Amino acid sequence: MPHVPKASLPAPVANLGAVAWLRKNLFSTWYNSLLTLVVGYLLVTNLLPLLQWAFFNASFTGATPDDCTGGGACWVFLQQRLGFFIYGFYPEAARWRIDIGFVLLALVLVPQFIDRFPGRKWLGLFGLTGFPIIAYFLLAGGAFGLEPVPSTKWGGLTLTLTLAYVGIIAALPIGTVLALGRRSEMPIIRGICVVFIEIWRAVPLITVLFMASVMLPLFLPEGVNFEKLLRALIGIILFESAYMAEVVRGGLQAIPKGQYEAGDALGLNYWKKTSLIILPQALKMVIPGIVNTLIALFKDTTLVLIIGLFDILGTVQSTIVDPEWQRVDAEGYLFVAFCFWVFCFGMSRYSQALERKLHTGHENT
Amino acid sequence: MAGSNLTSSGTRPWRDPRVRAVAFQVVALAAVFWFGYTLFENTLTNMADRGISTGFGFWDEQAGFGIIMSLIPYKETMTYGRTFWVGLLNTVLVSGLGIVIATIIGFIIGVARLSSNWLVAKLAAAYIEIFRNIPLLLQIFFWYFAVLGNVPPPRQSLSAAGAFFLNNRGLYVPAPVTDEGFGYVVAALVVAIVATVVIYRWAKRRQNRTGQPFHTFWTGLGLIVGLPLITYFVAGEPLHWEVPELRGFNFAGGMVMIPEFASLLLALSIYTAAFIAEIVRSGILSVSHGQTEAAAALGLRPGLTLRLVVIPQAMRVIIPPLTSQYLNLTKNSSLATAIGYPDLVAVFMGTTLNQTGQAVEIVAITMAVYLTISLSISLLMNIYNRAVALKER
Repeated sequence: MPHVPKASLPAPVANLGAVAWLRKNLFSTWYNSLLTLVVGYLLVTNLLPLLQWAFFNASFTGATPDDCTGGGACWVFLQQRLGFFIYGFYPEAARWRIDIGFVLLALVLVPQFIDRFPGRKWLGLFGLTGFPIIAYFLLAGGAFGLEPVPSTKWGGLTLTLTLAYVGIIAALPIGTVLALGRRSEMPIIRGICVVFIEIWRAVPLITVLFMASVMLPLFLPEGVNFEKLLRALIGIILFESAYMAEVVRGGLQAIPKGQYEAGDALGLNYWKKTSLIILPQALKMVIPGIVNTLIALFKDTTLVLIIGLFDILGTVQSTIVDPEWQRVDAEGYLFVAFCFWVFCFGMSRYSQALERKLHTGHENT
Repeated sequence: MAGSNLTSSGTRPWRDPRVRAVAFQVVALAAVFWFGYTLFENTLTNMADRGISTGFGFWDEQAGFGIIMSLIPYKETMTYGRTFWVGLLNTVLVSGLGIVIATIIGFIIGVARLSSNWLVAKLAAAYIEIFRNIPLLLQIFFWYFAVLGNVPPPRQSLSAAGAFFLNNRGLYVPAPVTDEGFGYVVAALVVAIVATVVIYRWAKRRQNRTGQPFHTFWTGLGLIVGLPLITYFVAGEPLHWEVPELRGFNFAGGMVMIPEFASLLLALSIYTAAFIAEIVRSGILSVSHGQTEAAAALGLRPGLTLRLVVIPQAMRVIIPPLTSQYLNLTKNSSLATAIGYPDLVAVFMGTTLNQTGQAVEIVAITMAVYLTISLSISLLMNIYNRAVALKER
């Protein structure tokens, strides 16, 4: 008898397609169905008015508050004040200098996210060394024929980025040294580092900023005076380097003892062993942690408005109380929230991807 | 030949690591002392130049400024020392309530994030990603200026049940007023709690010995709710409510939650809850599936599996980062100063500092308070960690 295969059965309808997906993910049991319906109802009833406000009834074009007629969001306001939010009080004729700074920053940062970008490491090194110096001269001026602009005129997004960038690149080396000190075998060095780290980690950033703005002038010898921005930066750097130290310490502790012993066996001294063997591995391991610290720092830069600097939130806060524009607070806050959210969400996704990529089984060696 | 230089007797002192370590530490210590001494000297000269007095004499001087919210009686004629306690208690109040609310929201969102319901899981994920990526200060401003700043003035208050009123001065709710005999109710509550603890211990011992379970939960609930309730009615209902009333331009009576407090509490809880939710999720995911299967193989019902197997192991992962979130919340409550909620930083490091000018003492006291809170919580944390650590035998 010839072997006649039966025709294959059709795909089971109940396990495939949109209906099956719905049944599995939204309506698997009676209480799941109820939950879906209740949550879905709440979502729709809340989201629709929001969309209506933000898009359908919103006013996008115009120049004055009178152009906001739709009854929805008044995006005209943002459009009119965008320059202030980005550059602060920076003189308009010199804003091209900040633009160049932004372009350079993008040139330094974007390749860091692309794995095979040629010369990526050199660009990164430039970002840590040359770029801050160039950016300083671009912003502050006073050399190469650039008009000097005092730091009191810096503001908006420019100031936020400055604080975050300087904070992170100064905190990284200081934090690394502190972490090494905390792992040192010399009790006094270890003690000093532990006390330093724990003090800054225990207090809120506001008290540190207050201290930097109120107490620092008292600490300095007569005749020496720092600008407010520099004082805020000192506070932020002290604070962040303590957090950075703990992140780096995590990496140092994860390096297997064999690596230290191998360095000793090769006859390397402490600094050679640390800089050639331990730190490259440890720092690579804690890149996600460093990125997370950067995210936290970026969000924390908003606190400088409390001591009277105009970061992006500060500029928005000062414009929405402007009586010329009425009730634009929600628009202003949404704009700032969006700026921060894009950056922080992007960075956290990047750090998660890195974590997965770097998870190459160090713990087995 | 060459070896003779390597023996310890032949090593020159500056090549001996031990000698170098000692020298290095002496130098470091000297640098720290020198640095501290210079700061001290500079500060003394600067303060003398500016005519700022030193020392803690200001503590007993009259403050002369009002504070919009205080848990203890406070008047302008009281001392600066009193303003410290007012501020500290306000900080403790907002942090304590914030911790409770953030934990509740965080656990709900964290579990919802793992829900098998697609919509619920995605909504929880959206909540987490939105709120933890927006600066806390911005969220505080949003609640304070954009939401609570838009509620009507007292005469057009939004009201509910004729006893709850919301206006731009705050949320007015009825206040409980205790009458004579309420002490008995409190005493009954204490007795019930003690009895529950005793019963719990006895039941556990008995179960360990004989294997017979005892319904501790229901007994305890009955005791803790029932006993005070019976006492309450026996004592003749010694509690009444004082309902807020509109008098002139504002409400009088009842309890009021000022908008500064409400927006700070909301923002702190919602922000921290996003972080707690992630901690809870990773804690639950950290318990390997084999544990659940093993429990099922032993014949445990799903509820018991969750209570006896999954949660205790998840808690071991959850508690340490959770504590650090609690600490963060407490530290973040200092953002109160941006909207004028009178917490420790706003009152003591703000107004008191501005009036006395004694920056060094006041900043030092404030930092010491936060340092004490942080260090004591880390100490408790370490004790807890030691108690729940995996006991490897």
